[in-house]
Amino acid sequence: MSDVLTLLLEGAKPCADHLANVLGKEKAEVEAELRRLEEDKSLLGWLPVFNPEKVEEGRVRAVIEVKISPEREGGFDRLALRIARFEEVESCYLMSGGYDLLVFVTGKNLRTVAAFVSERLATIDGVLSTSTHFLLRPYKEQRHLLVDETEAVDKPAVSP
Amino acid sequence: MSLDHESFVASHVKDLPRSGIRDFFAVVSEMPQAISLGIGEPDFVTPWHVREAAIFALEKGRTSYTDNRGLLLLRREISKYVADFFGPEYDPANEILATVGVSEAIDVALRAILNPGDKVLYHEPCYVSYAPSVTLALGEAIPVGTKPEDEFALDPAAFEAAWEPGCKALLLNFPTNPTGGTADREKLERLARFAIDKNLLVISDEIYGELTYEGEHVGIASLPGMKERTLLLHGFSKAFAMTGFRIGYACGPAVLIEAMMKVHQYCMMCAPILSQEAAIEALLNGGDEVARMKEQYHRRRDFIVRRFNEIGLSCHSPRGSFYAFPSIRSTGLSDTDFAHRLLREAEVAVVPGTAFGEHGASHVRASFSTSYENLVEATDRIARFRDDIVTEDAASV
Repeated sequence: MSDVLTLLLEGAKPCADHLANVLGKEKAEVEAELRRLEEDKSLLGWLPVFNPEKVEEGRVRAVIEVKISPEREGGFDRLALRIARFEEVESCYLMSGGYDLLVFVTGKNLRTVAAFVSERLATIDGVLSTSTHFLLRPYKEQRHLLVDETEAVDKPAVSP
Repeated sequence: MSLDHESFVASHVKDLPRSGIRDFFAVVSEMPQAISLGIGEPDFVTPWHVREAAIFALEKGRTSYTDNRGLLLLRREISKYVADFFGPEYDPANEILATVGVSEAIDVALRAILNPGDKVLYHEPCYVSYAPSVTLALGEAIPVGTKPEDEFALDPAAFEAAWEPGCKALLLNFPTNPTGGTADREKLERLARFAIDKNLLVISDEIYGELTYEGEHVGIASLPGMKERTLLLHGFSKAFAMTGFRIGYACGPAVLIEAMMKVHQYCMMCAPILSQEAAIEALLNGGDEVARMKEQYHRRRDFIVRRFNEIGLSCHSPRGSFYAFPSIRSTGLSDTDFAHRLLREAEVAVVPGTAFGEHGASHVRASFSTSYENLVEATDRIARFRDDIVTEDAASV
């Protein structure tokens, strides 16, 4: 794994100047590495991690378990991609176990998510059933706990 | 007439100097907005699985005393870990003592072995408690300087030169706080021959052992003939990020561990059981987290050392620990003046080298146990501070 990628995975800011400074490399070298990661699709994009309770107030997120029929050629892929392409879908995974796809969906309110599930998702040919769970409260978002781990610690500023 | 409380303080305590760090801490604590590179502990929180084990133990009502030596399961796991990492094998039954951090292990070891006036050789600059601990055990501490030109590595010849009749023990700490100096096998072998020749006991605090970035960590107890004359002190504070748990241990010959246990049982009874339970979990499942933290320290070290040298503060690359120890000689300031002015004028806290003994003069300790963002900002501020000093000097000529 490249050291640029390692730093990004640890949560470093995706800023070539910062990464170059931390790694002791030329900025151009870091930019080339970022380009390479994007070109070979290792790096799909940039998205900040927000506290949804503060930034997306009122938005609704749901996790939907979807059962679908596999097809003779392609298995689950065609239907999975058809579902994944909807703007409302944040993530979509093929799962082992009691259902086939796990679909993360967001909408501006409960009604829009419900409408998406009942009118768009459930009506697709090959979708056998859906089971929708609404997220009530986040505790951890993309490895970030929504509480400060050390907030109560009175740590000395200088120690031996 | 008011009572003269001073007259009740033991003379050897009265004569102990205040820790230089404590003085500096008082200044820093008035500037909470400053970026601190003065912290001598990991910036990582103890891994969750370890904290969770302590919570589980509490829920289960494990709140009693334990065997003075520590829980047998802990001593068994320590025995396995030490054999795997340091080399020598110790019997959990009578060659291992769980202590309240390595600090207690040092204190108990010295009190167990020293008669009044016995001499102990230790290298300097070093952790602040070594010489005072010897004094409190009624011994005489003899400093042996390590040198910047050697990157503060172990210097066996200096130990040999410093020896005098009455020396009973060597007190070592490699990798070293505050210099990051290490001891390679060849130098340790020479020191081991010296210890055997002069019949010295070695007390080796290897708390930063896992945080060795170049080469392997070599513990002196692993050398031929040395296990029998070494007290290996180690703990969980640094590599496992468990400073607040205050849990460490001593491994050594049964007779010496028994002597240490006598002191320990009367002053401490036992290490806290919750910390012992957490330590067991750390030993059983903590390896990946230790490796992850070490990797981050390693990269931060490369960054801060590069920046100090760019800034014009000559800095060797510490082979271990999480401290850089740059020379500030080029600024023309003493290490104390440098640290105080840097704090006031640039709001960055570093610790003056002389807080770790006179041999630390003209250096400061900068901990890289803090975030990249802090390191980037702090070193930028230090660069501006140094430029200002150079400009001042030029203007005054």
